[in-house]
Amino acid sequence: MGDPGTKQDLLSLEDLEAAGALRTGRKHVLSILVENKPGVLTRIAGLFARRGFNIETLTVGPTDDDQISRVTLTVDGALHPIDQVTKQLHKLINVLKIRDLEPEGTVARELALFKVAAEGAARSEVMQVCDIFRGKVVDVTRRSLIVEVTGTTDKVEAFERMVRPFGLIEMMRTGEIAISRGRSET
Amino acid sequence: MRAVDAVIECLKAEGVEVVFGLPGGANLPQYDAFYDAGIRHVLVRHEAGGGHAAAGYAKATGKVGVCFATSGPGATNVVTPIADAMMDSVPTVFITGQVRTDLLGTDGFQEVDVVGVTMPIVKHSFMIQHPLEIPRAIHEAFHLARTGRPGPVIVDIPTDLARAEIPYEPVTDVHLPGYQPTHEGNTKQIRQAAKALAAARRPVLYVGGGTINANASEEVRELARLDNFPVTCTLMGLGAYPAPDPQWLGMLGMHGTRTANYAMDEADLIVAIGARFDDRITGKLSEFAPRAKFVHIDIDPAEISKNIPAHIPIVGDAKNIVAKLVKEYRALEGVDHTRLEAWWERIHGWQEKHPLRYDDTEGDEIKPQRLIEALYEATGGDAIVTTDIGQHQMWAAQYFHFDRPRRWLQSGGLGTMGFGLPAAMGAKVGMPGETVICIAGDGSVQMNMQELATCAQEGIDIKIFISNNGYLGMVRQWQELFWDKRYSHVDMGQFPDFVKLADAMGATGFRFESKATLVEDIKQAIATPGPVMVDVRVTREENVYPMIAPGAAARDMVG
Ligand SMILES: Cc1cc2nc3c(=O)[nH]c(=O)nc-3n(C[C@H](O)[C@H](O)[C@H](O)COP(=O)(O)OP(=O)(O)OC[C@H]3O[C@@H](n4cnc5c(N)ncnc54)[C@H](O)[C@@H]3O)c2cc1C
Ligand SMILES: Cc1ncc(C[n+]2csc(CCOP(=O)(O)OP(=O)(O)O)c2C)c(N)n1
Ligand SMILES: [Mg+2]
Repeated sequence: MGDPGTKQDLLSLEDLEAAGALRTGRKHVLSILVENKPGVLTRIAGLFARRGFNIETLTVGPTDDDQISRVTLTVDGALHPIDQVTKQLHKLINVLKIRDLEPEGTVARELALFKVAAEGAARSEVMQVCDIFRGKVVDVTRRSLIVEVTGTTDKVEAFERMVRPFGLIEMMRTGEIAISRGRSET
Repeated sequence: MRAVDAVIECLKAEGVEVVFGLPGGANLPQYDAFYDAGIRHVLVRHEAGGGHAAAGYAKATGKVGVCFATSGPGATNVVTPIADAMMDSVPTVFITGQVRTDLLGTDGFQEVDVVGVTMPIVKHSFMIQHPLEIPRAIHEAFHLARTGRPGPVIVDIPTDLARAEIPYEPVTDVHLPGYQPTHEGNTKQIRQAAKALAAARRPVLYVGGGTINANASEEVRELARLDNFPVTCTLMGLGAYPAPDPQWLGMLGMHGTRTANYAMDEADLIVAIGARFDDRITGKLSEFAPRAKFVHIDIDPAEISKNIPAHIPIVGDAKNIVAKLVKEYRALEGVDHTRLEAWWERIHGWQEKHPLRYDDTEGDEIKPQRLIEALYEATGGDAIVTTDIGQHQMWAAQYFHFDRPRRWLQSGGLGTMGFGLPAAMGAKVGMPGETVICIAGDGSVQMNMQELATCAQEGIDIKIFISNNGYLGMVRQWQELFWDKRYSHVDMGQFPDFVKLADAMGATGFRFESKATLVEDIKQAIATPGPVMVDVRVTREENVYPMIAPGAAARDMVG
């Protein structure tokens, strides 16, 4: 028998929703080394979903060893302590190593492309903002610009706020990759 | 050789003596290889029966159980046994056929992404993409299934790859860099645990299924004997400690003894050995064992502090760790060996006041509890026992006593109705010299009934005793106690006629209705050669007590 409760205890929808909306805990950046095997990403993503974690960003790329890939994944506001998930991740056979990166000890970057409406006078203003953020204009048409920005998530988001008023047509972000500071490997 | 013949060679190299399965299009090549493979293949009637039989075999023998199924419906039929094996950590390997590689992803005939479907319920799975991968995948599957925390592993082989010619060389080295289970157990932690035990005035050893997997019963007994420590087992741990025994408190949890649950409630130190603090044990989590510190021994780090924060976690194999714990404890000086006297006095008080009990009938009607007692009497406890799910299962846990491990085979975590019959079949195949009994529910047994024909054909001599109350009894009990007695869809009447059914299946059927002759009748049924199915008519509306009601704490047990 599962836990069907009794006829007396009714569950209120409000209570359920409140519980579902609870977001505690800090943002986590997990750096995961995995064997390059079929299905490994699905296994990882499935684990987070089952535990009620929402994956905010996910990047996968090769490492210096072609058998091994690096997954960098950020999750925000965990419902449950993250270590239950990291322990479960360790149990995946194709997962080799996991680091829950502390923000202070980590260099994290992402790349973003912004397509901004920029006609007439607005064009030079956008380019000024772009300069300040050390962005690069990578495509120009008569009515729009594409700007490439790399940096921390904060920087990318600040740039977004600056150019949005000009008319942000489209934006794409890679999600963070992160590497630990100092001599030792991530 | 053909890849499918290499599969057979792998099985032989892994020491496989028997597999359970059923062929179809996608694994036809594999079945061609079985034709003269020299490995026993038990042809089941439904792949779920095959999967549970593999689990029964594994639980009884400690070896890996193996099940073959074809693609699509064959594969989906093993989903329940796979989930079951995952929940109870049963070493099993499932080898499924898959459609040809050029059909993959096209909704080909009988195509199901079985690796995708089962991803959350396997220890690991291999989707074969090249025929040369096959031998290594099979060996790695066995290695994964049986080591560390055991579990089900799937190997899914597309039918075209299965037919490929490959060179086969025995694989002796499994290379799984991401898989390194811890066996040893941290010495400092073990020493700490010994000290904590020596200081405890109200300790309890809480023993689970992991003890049986670790073959650590001897070590646990030794530990208990060190200082007269009280012992309780989970449903999955029954048999890990010999019952009855003066230090034995009975099972704990929802339908455990009051003594065991009260002892947990008042304990100052709980040593969990291969047990995972399931919600059937803890009841209301916030009120579980409020005075206790916890030593938690488990091979799976993810179990530590999952439900209950552990004060002294020890990750590793229970056999290893408990042996070391015994040594460390012996080495301690100045331990007061009389310190548990007050504790035992309290425990004895509970035992006297709250023994397991039921009101037997005045007349000749058979109470379901009486059926279990009679089975225990008739066999002298010398049998391997499986059950289904429900009231009969709980009564069997309460009234049949197990003095050795691997004689009580359960679906505990998933609670799969229909587990008992095929699991008994698998156990009997693995342990042909033992008496194997399935204590079934009339509801549950109908879920894998078809395997009785397998038993008849193969001469698998199991004895099924159906505790027939004509109800989905456990659900009826909850409706009675917690849902105002509104018996919604739980009455199964007296259907089917199990005696005729047994006959039709090629087994022997009996019907028992008399308490007076019950023990003798049971003996006679057990002595009857071949598979036997007995319809035992028991009191229809009887409740399992005592009970921790849903959401309640252990100390508030009812009944
Ligand atoms: C109707 C019904 C009622 C139930 N009522 C009860 C009840 O009243 N009481 C009860 O106890 N259960 C009850 N159960 C069963 C319950 O659901 C759980 O299955 C059970 O409590 C779990 O047992 P366990 O803690 O021993 O864990 P298991 O599921 O047996 O897990 C074993 C643990 O040991 C670890 N392990 C494995 N190998 C090793 C090793 N070599 N060394 C160390 N550790 C190892 C594993 O990692 C795991 O954590 C009921 C089930 C049903 C269907
Ligand atoms: C496959 C499955 N479906 C439903 C349940 C829910 N369930 C738990 S116990 C039970 C009643 C089982 O009836 P029976 O086998 O006759 O045993 P009894 O309780 O009467 O002894 C049911 C329906 C389950 N555990 N498994
Ligand atoms: Mg019933």
